[in-house]
Amino acid sequence: MVSYPGVDNPPFRWSMLIYDRRYRSLTLQAIVFILVMLLASWLIDNTLRNLSAMGKTLSFDFLFRRAGYDIPQQLIPYNSDDTHLRATVVGLLNTLLVSLLGCIAATIVGVVVGVLRLSSNWLIARLMTVYVEVFRNIPLLLWILVILAIFTEVMPPPNAYRGENPAASMILFDTIAPTNRYTAIPSLGMTNPPGTIALGREGISWAFVAYVAVIVLAFIGNRLLRTRAQRIQDATGKRPTTWWITLAMFAVPLLLLTWWFGLHLIPPVLRGFNFAEGINMDNALVVLWLALTLYTGAFIAEIVRAGILAVSRGQSEAAFALGLRPRRTMSLVILPQALRVIIPPLISQYLNLTKNSSLAIAVGYMDLRGTLGGTTLNQTGREMECMVLMMGIYLVLSLLISGGMNVFNSRVKLRER
Amino acid sequence: MSETHAQTVAYVRDTMLPPAPPPVTERGAIKWLRENLFSGPLNIVLTLIGLGILWLLVSTIGPWLSHSVWNANGMADCRKIIAETWGPDATGACFALIKHRWNQFVFGFYPAALYWRPVLAFGLLFLALAPVLFSESRRARRIVLALATVLSFAIALVLGAPMPALAGMALLMLAWAVLIEIRPAWALLASLVYPLLAVWLLWGGSLWSEIAVLAGFGIGFGVWRAGARFGLFAVAAAAVVAVLWWLFLAGPVAAALAGMLPLRLQPVSSDQFGGFVLSITIGVAGIALSLPLGIVLALARRSDLPVIKLLAVMFIEFIRGVPLITLLFVASLLLNYFLPPGTSFDIILRVIIMVTLFAAAYMAEVIRGGLAALPKGQYEAADALGLDYWKAQRLIVLPQALKISIPGIVSTFIGMFKDTTLVVFVGLFDPLKAMADTIRASFEWKGAYWEPYIFVGSIFFILCFGMSRYSMYLERRLKRDHR
Repeated sequence: MVSYPGVDNPPFRWSMLIYDRRYRSLTLQAIVFILVMLLASWLIDNTLRNLSAMGKTLSFDFLFRRAGYDIPQQLIPYNSDDTHLRATVVGLLNTLLVSLLGCIAATIVGVVVGVLRLSSNWLIARLMTVYVEVFRNIPLLLWILVILAIFTEVMPPPNAYRGENPAASMILFDTIAPTNRYTAIPSLGMTNPPGTIALGREGISWAFVAYVAVIVLAFIGNRLLRTRAQRIQDATGKRPTTWWITLAMFAVPLLLLTWWFGLHLIPPVLRGFNFAEGINMDNALVVLWLALTLYTGAFIAEIVRAGILAVSRGQSEAAFALGLRPRRTMSLVILPQALRVIIPPLISQYLNLTKNSSLAIAVGYMDLRGTLGGTTLNQTGREMECMVLMMGIYLVLSLLISGGMNVFNSRVKLRER
Repeated sequence: MSETHAQTVAYVRDTMLPPAPPPVTERGAIKWLRENLFSGPLNIVLTLIGLGILWLLVSTIGPWLSHSVWNANGMADCRKIIAETWGPDATGACFALIKHRWNQFVFGFYPAALYWRPVLAFGLLFLALAPVLFSESRRARRIVLALATVLSFAIALVLGAPMPALAGMALLMLAWAVLIEIRPAWALLASLVYPLLAVWLLWGGSLWSEIAVLAGFGIGFGVWRAGARFGLFAVAAAAVVAVLWWLFLAGPVAAALAGMLPLRLQPVSSDQFGGFVLSITIGVAGIALSLPLGIVLALARRSDLPVIKLLAVMFIEFIRGVPLITLLFVASLLLNYFLPPGTSFDIILRVIIMVTLFAAAYMAEVIRGGLAALPKGQYEAADALGLDYWKAQRLIVLPQALKISIPGIVSTFIGMFKDTTLVVFVGLFDPLKAMADTIRASFEWKGAYWEPYIFVGSIFFILCFGMSRYSMYLERRLKRDHR
């Protein structure tokens, strides 16, 4: 409401609620609010009546009962005697696993393809255009099904790797063996393991803690080093060379730790009819991961291309005119501006990928929807509770991802006056 | 030339040399190759890698595609033909599957005698869209109209539609095309009626129920016009009267009219829908409903009224935060809980509602981007002209904001159309998974993995790629600056 000095506001009359623009907005909001509340109470009333008619009550007790089903792919120990709650957590971790792997791989694919699409090489630019258009214009479900069919129909069974003259051979220097049931990859082993911290049924290896600590310390050290270099540059105009100290800070302790623990890769070996020693990744995970990567990668490629094209040519010309070398031009002038354009849509692609991971249903990968919204729902018959819980978890996940990425975005954003 | 030069220079040419052609390496194909494929070590490596990828693709898929069989009665038959023609070790595509089962891919389990109805509905879609999408270029519009009319008629003829249906089709389409050409304003009204016509054609039943629904809009409009001087009261009264009509009067009136003059088509239930008819029905309905809803949501989110803004933000963020699959499961598992006991409604309608809500939330964000991109001066100019909120939005803000957001809007449409394949998980027969599985489950086509995917994938590609190209054309056509 605006009031002007020297002008008397007319006394309030009821008709003002409709005809006076100052009050009309209040009327409108009140009406909308009441209507929405009425709708909500109608829906809730219906739900309660329907539930009571079926003899059900809203309760989440079922989460603490025995689940009684197995989950092939698990990040934390789980067996069928565990509760539905633990099954849900296993499913959530599986969702997070495939989303994280997918986001990393899709970013790599997207950046490479986006840059190559701008390449002056005619053939490569065309090939990349074909890739992007084909993957963007065909449903993700089709890619999942096609890759699944490739894995189940074309890949050899594990025992094809057997014998003196095997029908199939492992790829990448005999380290990875794709089969029609799982993909065998090397696992990590230590000759001198430092023991684990026991946390209930899970344990965290001290080696893992040591690696994380070393990396965090190296980042802090690197930061101090750069601050010092900046100070010297500000004082004398000359920046000391720091890259080899940075490299040493990261590499030396990591190599030392690796040598101390005797960390090495254990390649998968065929024992009997199956691979052992390595990790047998469930093909459902591999298929979903590949499909999400290739599909989202095509979208990210377009975002990257648009971001690079959005930096006007004058910017790089100006940088050259200032005497910056190409590498510095890229890191100081072009990338910061391109990132500003790239990051917001990139965040929404990460969100899309996470939500699309629920298509795990097509390959039978036990993600959150497969456990909580699938087997648990069917076994307990508690549709309402399971769906509410599942949608709540997805919602929180999305809000967390977008919140975290928005913090990152605000750090690279252009600070306008 | 100076005298000294005359002695130092032994020979001076006094005629022009004829212009020589550029060297071989600087012209024609060789120059193009040097510049585009082999301009440096990195590019040479890239070209070789590209050629390698191409070779890999062609050598694995090429023989399989070139050995394709188009006439066979089953997979075993196909394999026999391939072995006979190209040797015992050859593999080949069996596209005979597509030829044999194309009607399932396209129409699902729709009764074969009624195939002309979806065809007519799809043809009429173009007539309904022509005044909206191709209004500016008369030539493009006429081509679209002619193609839609002739093609749907020809397809219906080939599919064996009965004579009266064919005659009705021809009459309807010709009348509509003529209407578009001579009375464009009325054609827009006809486009508004199209959804109900399409529902009638697809699901059949009595036309009177659709007419009764339509009459609700007419009655509401009439009430509003009659009481226009009461402003907001008239709008409220119109809404109330229309809702009362739909709730209490529409059913009996339609039944009474149907008793007098039965305008009936044979009803087709929703579980007979499948294939591309299902995808396109859900897709088109979702597109048509999500755009207006998205605009309303975007305006609500940018509104000055805190309650409305809060509601819009909550709705949009909730929908955008959950996967579409969970919403579809809500439609199939939970929607009956939310409705009064004993009610249940059509699964396709439920899916359309969910898909629409999902797309509308994304659409709202796209349009909000367009609204935010509009210079502030435009809003201030509208205020300065004394326009009220709705006039300002309708005449000044939205036309520009929508134009800016065309690429985003169309990519939301494409995404939604692709997402219609997810309905397989709530038990509907989408063309991609459900139809392919059904066909593979039959004895004769057991083991056909790639052919259905290739066929359905290419249709999706054509439709989605076509939409994105159309959006580019629209952007160019509506561009008003930097000519």
